[in-house]
Amino acid sequence: MMNPFTIVKRLREIGLAGINERNADYVLRYNPRKFYPRVDDKVLTKRLAIEHGLPVPELYAVVREEHEIEELHAQIKDRESFVAKPAHGSGGDGILVISGRRGPKYRRANGQLMDQEDFEHHLSNTLSGLFSLGGQPDAVLIEYCVQFDPIFDHVSYKGVPDVRVIVFRGYPVMAMIRLPTRMSDGKANLHQGAIGVGIDIPTGLTRRGVWGNEPIREHPDTEHSIIGLQIPRWEELLHIAARASEMSGLGYVGVDLVLDKDLGPLILELNARPGLAIQIANGNGLVHRLKKIEAIAIPDPDPAERVAFSRREFPTL
Amino acid sequence: MKKTQLYALALLVSLIGLSWAWYKWQVLQFPLSPREEVEVWSIEARLEFQGSGGPNKVRLQLPSRGPGAVPGFAVIDERLISRGYSEQVTKGKEGRQVEWVVRRASGRQVLYYRANIVRDSAESVESGEPKLLTPPKLTEVQAAAIDTIFDDVKARSADIATFTREFVREFIAEQPRDEARVLLDSLYTAEDRAQFFARALAIRSIPARVLHGMSLGEPKAFQQLQPFLQVHNGSAWVTMNISTAEESLPENFFLWTRSPRDLLLVDSDKRPKIEFAVQRNLADAVAIATRRTEVRSENLVKYSLLGLPVEMQGVYRILLTVPIGAFVMLILRNVIGFKTFGTFMPVLIALAFRETKILSGVILFTLVVSLGLLARFYLERLRLLLVPRLTSVLILVILLMSMVSVLAHQLDIPVGLSIALFPMVIMTMTIERMSIAWDERGPGTAIKEGVGTLVVASLAYMVMTWAPLEHLVFVFPELLLVLLGATLLLGRYSGYRLLELFRFRALARERDDAIKKGSANPVGGPVV
Repeated sequence: MMNPFTIVKRLREIGLAGINERNADYVLRYNPRKFYPRVDDKVLTKRLAIEHGLPVPELYAVVREEHEIEELHAQIKDRESFVAKPAHGSGGDGILVISGRRGPKYRRANGQLMDQEDFEHHLSNTLSGLFSLGGQPDAVLIEYCVQFDPIFDHVSYKGVPDVRVIVFRGYPVMAMIRLPTRMSDGKANLHQGAIGVGIDIPTGLTRRGVWGNEPIREHPDTEHSIIGLQIPRWEELLHIAARASEMSGLGYVGVDLVLDKDLGPLILELNARPGLAIQIANGNGLVHRLKKIEAIAIPDPDPAERVAFSRREFPTL
Repeated sequence: MKKTQLYALALLVSLIGLSWAWYKWQVLQFPLSPREEVEVWSIEARLEFQGSGGPNKVRLQLPSRGPGAVPGFAVIDERLISRGYSEQVTKGKEGRQVEWVVRRASGRQVLYYRANIVRDSAESVESGEPKLLTPPKLTEVQAAAIDTIFDDVKARSADIATFTREFVREFIAEQPRDEARVLLDSLYTAEDRAQFFARALAIRSIPARVLHGMSLGEPKAFQQLQPFLQVHNGSAWVTMNISTAEESLPENFFLWTRSPRDLLLVDSDKRPKIEFAVQRNLADAVAIATRRTEVRSENLVKYSLLGLPVEMQGVYRILLTVPIGAFVMLILRNVIGFKTFGTFMPVLIALAFRETKILSGVILFTLVVSLGLLARFYLERLRLLLVPRLTSVLILVILLMSMVSVLAHQLDIPVGLSIALFPMVIMTMTIERMSIAWDERGPGTAIKEGVGTLVVASLAYMVMTWAPLEHLVFVFPELLLVLLGATLLLGRYSGYRLLELFRFRALARERDDAIKKGSANPVGGPVV
């Protein structure tokens, strides 16, 4: 066991940001509270993204009241697959993925059949705020179910892997791809057992991964190596992330994207308080990179320039 | 607001709190620790005289009250005890007195005056205009004698103080000179001498007066007041001990009166007796300090917590420790890195522990939450909406707690539960949040946060109920400003949390290894 003072010293050397530093020096300073609804309310996020011409999964319906639940069945009767998502949810809570139908019943992504009553109960729970931050009454989004790019089939256990990019003042700073595991029950949530794999910003190649708090090199379920994978359409993805941060009005934001096999990178959601595990996934600290960006007096208004800067300055060390 | 402004504000707030607390400690003499006691002297003056069978009037000079009236001390309580007399206390320029009046009294009469005295360091107010007393009636021989002495003394002295000292010295010398002996002949008691000196000095236009008081040393059954001479040198009164010619009062001198009137005057008896008994006790320092402050300034106490009725004080005693608990929680969360349910849940739980004490509190808490979780998982099957589900859990929790209380009582286990609203609602909320965490983030996280909440609550409880701290914050609530300052200081703390060091240790270890191997990158992470 290393002595704590040495640990502090080493962590400072690699520029690791702790939660206090992230909150005090970055989130509090660069994220005005008034813009939080833009990222907390997924309906608003989606609307803003569409206004700005950014790709998002198509929105089929929004349910806000109990009585609209019954009407929903008719509204979406032509959709084979869709996702029901709480507008104010976090961390994948309360997301219901329907991949098919069987008569009046809905088939879930894990194969189980769900009858209409159960479906309505889930939506009703969501409306009464079960999954929302703060337990406030919520709305439900019914949107396009992403057909994920099979490139990650061998390093993912069901579910949809997503790419998280942290963007600071419009510049992509660090990125990782989150791969679901059996432990995470198909969810791309690190706290629930998914793997985070760091991505080298210049190239889009994966370098190393983290599971819980430990570094790993292979997917625990498929046992395939997670190193050296190439994220497709990488520059496009970075570009979208850089523009998404503009639309949010937040200076320090996490952009979550999925890779649809046909539509390419789609913005899933934005996060005003992105977690710190991305640093373990990359083996690099955020602080050195953030300080380089802070040194820029005026951020470049052209997102392509910003992406170019990041690709130059932020290789994984 | 910049960081420096924040620190300045924190410092300012802390200083205000500290200085007010310091004033209360040093000047008003409120005690720092709960067990402190102070000396309280009980002085009893016993008056005895013969009644005439008809109306009678008795006048006794009393110690002055009010801020600074008696140097070094304060009278915090007094009682007048008499049978059948009416009493009237009046305050004049020279002091206070009580006048007892009776219509008919015969035989031996006994009256009492009792006072409780404590030390007080308030600035004493030396009152009294300097007045010249009437010079004593002297025979020709005596007049000549005193003149000689005065001239002699004048030659040897520089100012009024030294003049007086030399004058007194003449009379207390081992072998007083003849002139002094002539004057000393008719002076039998110290009182006589003191009165004589005071008047004699008027011959040479020196304003003088006689003080009466006693030394509060070891408790004595029978004591008399001693006279002390005071002369006015033009700007201040100077005290002279007439037995030693020293310019000071003895230690622990309690000034009874400065009045030139007779200490005790009884219409029907030319020679009334008065005796003093002094007793020393130790008393609770807070009560005394409160009383003393009240004597000085009624408002200071009226507008402070100590002026509240006792039951309310009890409530505030507890309330004032809540910020301490919150601060402990702040440290444990932001500096150590414990994860808990809710921001203030642990502090509320710590308050609930006050009723149950810590061990049974933790056990009870764990038991009820676990059972509540089981109940809730079952309720989940019933697919109730959020609000009905919460209500059901609350009802079950209350039933559970009642059952546990009854069982514990039957089994003679002291659970010490007092059914308060707090624990019920808190437990319901905890159960709800814990079960959501269980569902959404996995049992591991839920249990971790549950344990974290309990640990923080227990630590907060232990700090909040530490007796010296409880006492300190109730008697000096302004110290909470210091706590506020500390909280502000931590407001922008951006260092690592202790548990984060544990979380990220792998990265630290990698770098450490890389450095040892010589392959480390000077700026940044390990080489992959």
